[in-house]
Amino acid sequence: MIRLRFPAKLLFLLPVAFLGFFYLYPLAAILRLSLAPEGAVAWQPLRELARTPYYWRVLWFTTWQAAVSTLLVLLLALPTAYVFARYRFRGQQALRTLSTLPFVLPTVVVANAFTALLGPNGLVNGWLVGWFDLAAPPIRLHHTIWMILLAHIFYNYSVALRIISAFWQNLGDELAQAAQLLGASPRRAFCAVTWPLLRPAVLAAALLVFIFCFTSFGVVLILGGPRFATLEVEIYRQAVQVFDLPVAAALSLLQIGFTLVLLLVYVRAQARMNRPLALRAARVTAKPIKTAVDRLLVGATLALLGLLLGLPLGALLLRSVTGPDGLTLLFYRELFINRRGSLFFVPPGTAVFNSVAYALATMLLAVVLGLLAALLLTQKGKKLTIGNRQWSIVNWLDPLFMLPLATSAVTLGFGFIIALNRPPLNLRSSVLLVPIAHTLVALPFVMRSVLPALRRIRPSLREAAAVLGANPRQAWWHVDWPLIRRALLVGAVFAFTVSMGEFGATLFIARPQTPTMPVAIFRFLGQPGALNYGQALAMSSLLMLVCAVGFAAIERFRAGDEGEF
Amino acid sequence: MKNILLTLVLFLLAGCGAAEPQAVRLRLMTHDSFSVSEAVLAQFTAETGIQVEVFPAGDGGAVLNQAILAKNDPLADVLFGVDNTFLSRALENDIFLPYESPLLAQIPDALQLDPQHRALPVDYGDVCLNYDKTWFAARGLQPPQTLDDLLKPAYKGLTAVQNPATSTPGLAFLLATVATYGEDGYEAFWRDLRANDVLITSGWEEAYYGHFTAASDGDRPIVVSYASSPAAEVIFAAEPLSEAPTASVLGDGACFRQIEFVGILRGTKHEAAAQQLVDFMLSKPFQEDIPLQMFVFPANETAVLPPAFVQHSAIPANPATLDPALIAANRERWIAAWTAVMLR
Repeated sequence: MIRLRFPAKLLFLLPVAFLGFFYLYPLAAILRLSLAPEGAVAWQPLRELARTPYYWRVLWFTTWQAAVSTLLVLLLALPTAYVFARYRFRGQQALRTLSTLPFVLPTVVVANAFTALLGPNGLVNGWLVGWFDLAAPPIRLHHTIWMILLAHIFYNYSVALRIISAFWQNLGDELAQAAQLLGASPRRAFCAVTWPLLRPAVLAAALLVFIFCFTSFGVVLILGGPRFATLEVEIYRQAVQVFDLPVAAALSLLQIGFTLVLLLVYVRAQARMNRPLALRAARVTAKPIKTAVDRLLVGATLALLGLLLGLPLGALLLRSVTGPDGLTLLFYRELFINRRGSLFFVPPGTAVFNSVAYALATMLLAVVLGLLAALLLTQKGKKLTIGNRQWSIVNWLDPLFMLPLATSAVTLGFGFIIALNRPPLNLRSSVLLVPIAHTLVALPFVMRSVLPALRRIRPSLREAAAVLGANPRQAWWHVDWPLIRRALLVGAVFAFTVSMGEFGATLFIARPQTPTMPVAIFRFLGQPGALNYGQALAMSSLLMLVCAVGFAAIERFRAGDEGEF
Repeated sequence: MKNILLTLVLFLLAGCGAAEPQAVRLRLMTHDSFSVSEAVLAQFTAETGIQVEVFPAGDGGAVLNQAILAKNDPLADVLFGVDNTFLSRALENDIFLPYESPLLAQIPDALQLDPQHRALPVDYGDVCLNYDKTWFAARGLQPPQTLDDLLKPAYKGLTAVQNPATSTPGLAFLLATVATYGEDGYEAFWRDLRANDVLITSGWEEAYYGHFTAASDGDRPIVVSYASSPAAEVIFAAEPLSEAPTASVLGDGACFRQIEFVGILRGTKHEAAAQQLVDFMLSKPFQEDIPLQMFVFPANETAVLPPAFVQHSAIPANPATLDPALIAANRERWIAAWTAVMLR
């Protein structure tokens, strides 16, 4: 590994300090206030909680729906990731962008897009009733588990697709071909060779998707309906509606604890999977479409993406330009007019500016801190001996960085209020708190995409550089950096997206008026009237457009990269 | 170039000199639905020299809980948006300083729920059933008049309500049924409503924009919303309308009255300025601005309603009300009973 001198080593402490100040400290503060207001832990409410079967049912539901959602996402994303990694075709970049757009959309808007397509009066049911002359709409998915699963696929598809295809792109085919030369069937070659090589990225993606679905809130609440509740929904109810902080804190701990166990298992499992590899440039591994099989594969991928993602997004776009008398730009024009002279009117330019400013700040913070954290985690650090087991710092730190993703937004938001109230961390009402909170959620994305890339670099490459006279910094710059650039870009895209979509704790913090695009959308959705709804959809479409432009700009950093790793 | 620089520097210096260093900045913490005209707030600043910074902090419950958590070190000077369903929580946690504003004389006693004047009423609104006028007219069906009507076979599968555990209007509607049918009767009402195929959603947005026939591709012509929603439908129509496409069910006890309060947060360093802001919020300019900004009714009786409001929205003669202390004591029990009846 790279050896750094003393001051540089302090750099590695930055992500740890960030996590400590902005996550662990506020979390500890709110948990202490909730569970031990008098200094000693009040066990009674916890015991009562453990004896309530309802909460165990909630935990069970939370777990299985997340597991099934993750499995479905992987099943659908793996073939697509293959096509994206192995083929070159026109519009590939546009499709990648399309797949990530759902990530930023507010759940209410997505729910209504689904209703417009699959609801009782929706498009698909309309067709089916017309074609088959049915008496009642045949598709009744509303407020069922199917709707939750469908929405989870819709939202998380791109996480799996981007992480896996970026990793796959640089895997050469020689080993699989060698296996086939030695007599293995293509299936056996895949199972015995390609899959083990691919597993670190698949597992990293699966972990992210699982945690996202495990802490699902809006999708379960709105698309699942009131009969379904995840831990996150129950925590929100207890913390906001009932204001029972002990119960909310106990459920938060349960949520965090469960994820922590999962993360520890993950860290141990992936440690055995990573092996240094000979990497190939993407332009070597990707091929143009030639045969009928190629066409079929790419065609099926396009159809799947179009049906799953394109249709709902298209319905939304169409609705935003449809007025009472057909196509119109009325709702877009109206965005620019402050009809009621309201103090809270947000000119679209301002909303775009605020959103993009927060997103860029988040991206910068997350990329720098995430990269440092990833480098720290790949250091061969000192081992801690606990009992007769040895734990490296990796085993502890890696899960810690993932935890903000698994922490209820309202818990962390309340933690900020009681913890960040005095200098030097008097940030409760600062605009800085927004990108900081977003960065906590974005960091896991950066780390999960960079770490597998960093771990598969062969040490011999760095040694060769050293033999040729490169100092450690030069070796890093010419060897590691080109090899992890693409993975870092994937992380950057998600950091940008997480912030554009306003994930997590920012919904529960008071903040000065820097209204973002999602905030403007929620304002429109809060009042009746066709104009309000139309403007909410227009603003949502604009949000997608800004994100698409953002992705294109971020991906440009890859251009000029000769090796195209 | 030099001249421009010099002018800039002079301009900056002049600007610094002109600013009053003593100007008070007040923080007004509120929910995400709060709104006010730019001009009205500017008028307050012009008259008093007090700057107001508005801090939206989530929905009503989340805002109040944040204020309670920050009790020893308040996040703001004034808090607006605690309603009568949450009032007891605010008062029990003692987050407000009492202030008997002279303007309370212009506000009906029925709205003044805190005799110690820690929470002062600013506006009220009624949560009512709304129906799609066109839908009912097209089918020659009489729209519902009372809560009982919802249970009739003719209205089977027509109504959408919100889960009181996750939605403010949903909770208000549950409270209307508790007030109307009493402790012994409300569960039976809900059981019958469930049998009549009511649709339950988690929030208002989804019910209104996802299922209400007048505002979506949905199939429910009756939805729980506000008495002012028909007026909003006209004001925010995509094309000019002479008549509201929806109307409210205003029968006795069919609506629940929500009252929103303002209070000065204990621990403020600007109590006198905060009192001025509270006075302003109860005074005519602010009160007359309320209907078109927040679509609720002004608490001050001297405030004149805008014509669109008078024309298209109605105030129910006898809305349901419940004592905030009673709500605080029973809210969770009622919600639990409702959940058991409706979702299990």
